[in-house]
Amino acid sequence: MSKPNMRADKNPMPAQDPKVRAHNFNEVATGYSEEAALDEANRCLNCKNMPCVSGCPVNVRIPSFIEKIKEGDFEGAYAVITETSSLPAVCGRVCPQETQCEQRCVRGIKGEPVGIGRLERYVADRHNENSKESPAAPEWNGHRVAVVGSGPSGLTCAGDLAKKGYKVTVFEALHTAGGVLVYGIPEFRLPKAIVAKEVDTLKALGVDIETNVIIGKTLTVDELFGAGYEAVFIGSGAGLPNFMNIPGESCNGVYSANEFLTRSNLMKAYLDDPKTPIMKGGKVAVVGGGNVAMDAARTALRLGAEKVYIVYRRSMEELPARREEVEHAMEEGIDFRLLCNPVEILGYKNENDPRDPKNGFVTGITCIKMELGEPDASGRRRPVPVKGSEFTLDVDTVVMAIGTSPNPLIKSTTEGLEVNKRGGIIVNEDGLTTRKGVYAGGDAVTGAATVISAMGAGKTAASAIDRALSGN
Amino acid sequence: MYRIITKKILNPTVTQMEIEAPLAAAKARPGQFIILRVDEEGERIPLTVAGTDPERGTVKIIFQVVGATTELLNRKQQGEYIQDFAGPLGVPTHTEGIKNVCIVGGGVGCAIAMPVAQEFHRLGARVTSIIGFRSRELLILEDEFRECSDSLTVMTDDGSYARQGNVTVPLKEMLEGGERFDMIITIGPLVMMKFVTLTAKPYGVPVTVSMNPIMIDGTGMCGGCRLTLNRDGERITKFACVDGPDFNGYEVDFDEAMSRGRMYFEFERKAHAETCNLLKEAK
Repeated sequence: MSKPNMRADKNPMPAQDPKVRAHNFNEVATGYSEEAALDEANRCLNCKNMPCVSGCPVNVRIPSFIEKIKEGDFEGAYAVITETSSLPAVCGRVCPQETQCEQRCVRGIKGEPVGIGRLERYVADRHNENSKESPAAPEWNGHRVAVVGSGPSGLTCAGDLAKKGYKVTVFEALHTAGGVLVYGIPEFRLPKAIVAKEVDTLKALGVDIETNVIIGKTLTVDELFGAGYEAVFIGSGAGLPNFMNIPGESCNGVYSANEFLTRSNLMKAYLDDPKTPIMKGGKVAVVGGGNVAMDAARTALRLGAEKVYIVYRRSMEELPARREEVEHAMEEGIDFRLLCNPVEILGYKNENDPRDPKNGFVTGITCIKMELGEPDASGRRRPVPVKGSEFTLDVDTVVMAIGTSPNPLIKSTTEGLEVNKRGGIIVNEDGLTTRKGVYAGGDAVTGAATVISAMGAGKTAASAIDRALSGN
Repeated sequence: MYRIITKKILNPTVTQMEIEAPLAAAKARPGQFIILRVDEEGERIPLTVAGTDPERGTVKIIFQVVGATTELLNRKQQGEYIQDFAGPLGVPTHTEGIKNVCIVGGGVGCAIAMPVAQEFHRLGARVTSIIGFRSRELLILEDEFRECSDSLTVMTDDGSYARQGNVTVPLKEMLEGGERFDMIITIGPLVMMKFVTLTAKPYGVPVTVSMNPIMIDGTGMCGGCRLTLNRDGERITKFACVDGPDFNGYEVDFDEAMSRGRMYFEFERKAHAETCNLLKEAK
């Protein structure tokens, strides 16, 4: 074995120039070259105790796939990753590696950890570019399983079960499969062609995807059992957007992040001549500090905004978004107004002319400055308003990216399915709900979280469903 | 893909179609809606269910050509297909305990009011219907209403057919004359529903209104369809797609809903004009 590369820094991720990418929807990070991938792989020490693997919600055998890269066996690396992950090209792009696998990397003690996410992406992209053959559907084992929702948890659960020979039908309420990967995460961070490719791989494994079926409305969970499905996995995702309940939130130009991103991503309002309208240009304030807030802010910029603010009530240290997204947003010129909290959204009102078309549209957002007090229940320091520090930002559009509450449709039509006080479906360690044969995972259980944690939940449930149905 | 089984022109701007969608047809109840996309690149629009035939597996929709999407939908012929058709969505109209109901429909809103009137008739309630249109040319569904109503009043704004005036005129006369409706259900333009509510208020009759705000997913995800209710001195945000589309008329903030409805007015106007021009050129 050759000596490891002991350079302290990761190979940087090549990216589009910030000035250029701020005006297009092409992917920001362009991916490693083969040379960079080999060089980065050689930074891995192949530790015996594999701390990185325990940091991965789906336990990808990280040192093994990196060893394959070192050998130049990229297909072998892909095979190792797909033993445990159904969506490698997605995870390599959207996982918060800095708080998962890479956080535990020994190389991170002195310098930067190995760029595990970047390597995963390289392997997956290389496979997708070169491999023409689709996986063959395994022989049917005689069992049927229904999966509700085609987001990361549902796709993972479906993929794992299909590989074991189950006949799986995925029911999707929208017209396109992919869930948050399609309606939520923008093209510049996760190209839709990649999601479509992952969905096609599942179809090749024999998974049926039924779009335009809203479980809880078009069909109920009980009807799925009646139709011969022996288990149901609910991965219906996050639901209704939260608002702040401050004056002016119903003004025209105030969006939830879900609406803003759905219009742009799923409905392609970012195109020059869209069929679905969206507010473009002007000044935009995005309220919140998570990945969704970063996505909304950077989308607004690309839609032609002259100025985009992030308004977040805590400080940079508490900002929950993936580090790389925050850095990219800053490079692109997003103006971070930290330790600020909105108190009112201002709307235009022409007292003399009730028919003035500008009436009811946003003109600004009034915020109050905050300071950090004692830690709260979440362990983060609680932000407290600074008296008399109100100020107004002139904006035309406000996007509220402050989380969601679980969707009520399935709960309200499924007897015996219990939810917690926040509306999340209650499950045990196997993902089993309070209803026999009904499993759940992802945001429908936890409230808004990450793609990879949803995938982990889909995986856990798939394994529990397999044990229950196969009798092993 | 979902096949158009029948198509019928009801008036110069209103069309009725029956769409083959067996799952939705088996489930849809009066008051619920569906979401459709005409083609691959199309926008999602909500349309209220105007009837179902579970045996044939069809859902009836009635729409007014007001924008680019309804223009494209209207160009589709019997036997052709539309891209997506999902539903039913929303909560069905509540019918329990209502023995004497007044249905007030305005314009294309009558298409939604009709299955509600039919349902009450089927359940044995006394049905009084008041339907209003701008002019005779725009009148729709008169025969259908007559069939399921114990009493029917037709109004036109310009007096070109039946009685001239707003729907609130006969409603007020009936209430003044001592009619004791258990419920008034009104479906039509926001301004009409607002005034129906105001007319009923002095008589203490409950009013249900059917809201039709801007929507995208229709499944409780985007929040675009939010509206505000004034309840016990509090302002409460509700989502028409999962909490509605029916709401207590006395609680709805109509002025806010009207303002929100105008959000994309300019975009819609341009898109409609462009679509019409494109289609003309294509001819």
